[in-house]
Amino acid sequence: MTPRQTGPRVGDHATGHLVGDRLYVARSSRIHDLPAKVKLVVALATVFLIVLTPPEAMWAFFVYFALLVTVLAMANIKMVRVLPRFIVEVPFVVFAVLMPFIGQGPRLEVGPVLLSEAGLWSAWGLLAKATLGLFVSIILAATTTMSDLVEGLHQLKFPSLIVAILTSMIRYVNVVTDEAARMSRARAARGFSGKGPRSWPILAHSLGTLFIRSYERGERVHIAMLSRGYTGELPQLGQGRTVAPATWAAAALLPALVLTVCLTAVLTQ
Amino acid sequence: MNLGPVSAYSRRASLLRHTPANEGLKERRHLVHVPDGFIDVPVSLAAAGVSTAVVAVCLQRTRKTMSDAAAPMAGLVAVFVFAAQMFNFPVGAGTSGHMIGAALAVILIGPYAGVVAVSVVVIVQALFFADGGLTALGLNVLNLAILTALVAWPAFRLVVRVFGTGKAAVMVGAGIAGFVSVLAAAAGFVMEFAVGGTAAVDTGAVAVAMLGVHTLIGAIEGVITALVVGAILSVRPDLVTGVVDLRKAERAQRSEEAVLS
Repeated sequence: MTPRQTGPRVGDHATGHLVGDRLYVARSSRIHDLPAKVKLVVALATVFLIVLTPPEAMWAFFVYFALLVTVLAMANIKMVRVLPRFIVEVPFVVFAVLMPFIGQGPRLEVGPVLLSEAGLWSAWGLLAKATLGLFVSIILAATTTMSDLVEGLHQLKFPSLIVAILTSMIRYVNVVTDEAARMSRARAARGFSGKGPRSWPILAHSLGTLFIRSYERGERVHIAMLSRGYTGELPQLGQGRTVAPATWAAAALLPALVLTVCLTAVLTQ
Repeated sequence: MNLGPVSAYSRRASLLRHTPANEGLKERRHLVHVPDGFIDVPVSLAAAGVSTAVVAVCLQRTRKTMSDAAAPMAGLVAVFVFAAQMFNFPVGAGTSGHMIGAALAVILIGPYAGVVAVSVVVIVQALFFADGGLTALGLNVLNLAILTALVAWPAFRLVVRVFGTGKAAVMVGAGIAGFVSVLAAAAGFVMEFAVGGTAAVDTGAVAVAMLGVHTLIGAIEGVITALVVGAILSVRPDLVTGVVDLRKAERAQRSEEAVLS
């Protein structure tokens, strides 16, 4: 991968650069160096164990959080750099906050209001698990480039057609979003300012044009690749197929610790 | 201050960037993108199983019409769905709507390829954008790619079979398909919540809230889907897979009638 600027990128959409790697933070660290397939397996195992932990064991979630903060620190990434990404959680935070008010079961008096006890526990459980799961996903995306992740999926025996679609998708995502940004600029240059549903026919027309251009580009790319001998599988680049057992063992430390915490939490409940 | 030609240009460019029309691409956030821990593990795993099986069948069917080597085309359609989801449609009062794009995808490239394309988009969002939980990936593929297509395609085909393949009928069909696809995704979420919800909330209340909100979101999706399909139909009707075969049959019948008369 080519090294790229790591500061906050202003006007990402308008300039259209590297939409796909927007979460990626280029650093040199042991976490970045781990093979993508190892990271995928470890991330999935970790999230599953976190989700299985009973919410009543509150301490366990703080331990998980501390573990993940440690991993992020090992990746040489500052927390503030990934913090904005947690915004995807907002609709579910709203849902969780409402829960003590609409939940069932016995009520607890908290200040002036009566809150459902079960509702409070589920709100806590949802918030904690969703946040930690998101944290794991963010660390994965921040330390692994898109192409490495696709390579990892390939090594984990993902269906070849899906991998091929993913490959062409990550190659052209910036091309297509650039195209969309150019169309948007062209509309603005002609005095268009979208306000309210009356602008929808124009925007829909742009989107239709974007589809036609994407489709035609797909045809051209397909023919060009066929003429260069493409048969449905790309030559494998990047990381080797075999991973040293020591690497697996080191990476498995995280899910192992999480498993220990999870088991303790289950047994002490 | 150095105001050479380059910085003058970039200043102008940044001014342009802030016009509302130019906020074209933003990330969409959707309530039906389930995070980790919202639905319990057994139901998540069951959904992952169902999704894997359905996507496998769709892959098989897609392969019949498209060889592995045609992946670049499917990839670019997936990129288009991805970009369409980031496309802002201003609703007024500073808010804007986004599409899921599943109904649009199945109408444009057919049900099987459509499911594959939208599934890939959901996978990309979970893995590269941390949008939707890793353990909830099966649930999200089920809701956003499979259930949407499962109702959108029959709804669209029913309308164009009954009312013909004129532009108005196709747009109405696309609108209905877009509307029901969003409701199907929301209903899928409610069902999953009823079976495997980890929250102690009355399922009825969740159903009312989800379906209520998504009636509105679905209406927006329907209108946009209709407009986009209409726009493509007037320029490249051959790219609207959902009507290509019917239009061909109609043409054949017309020419047959012309010969007979």
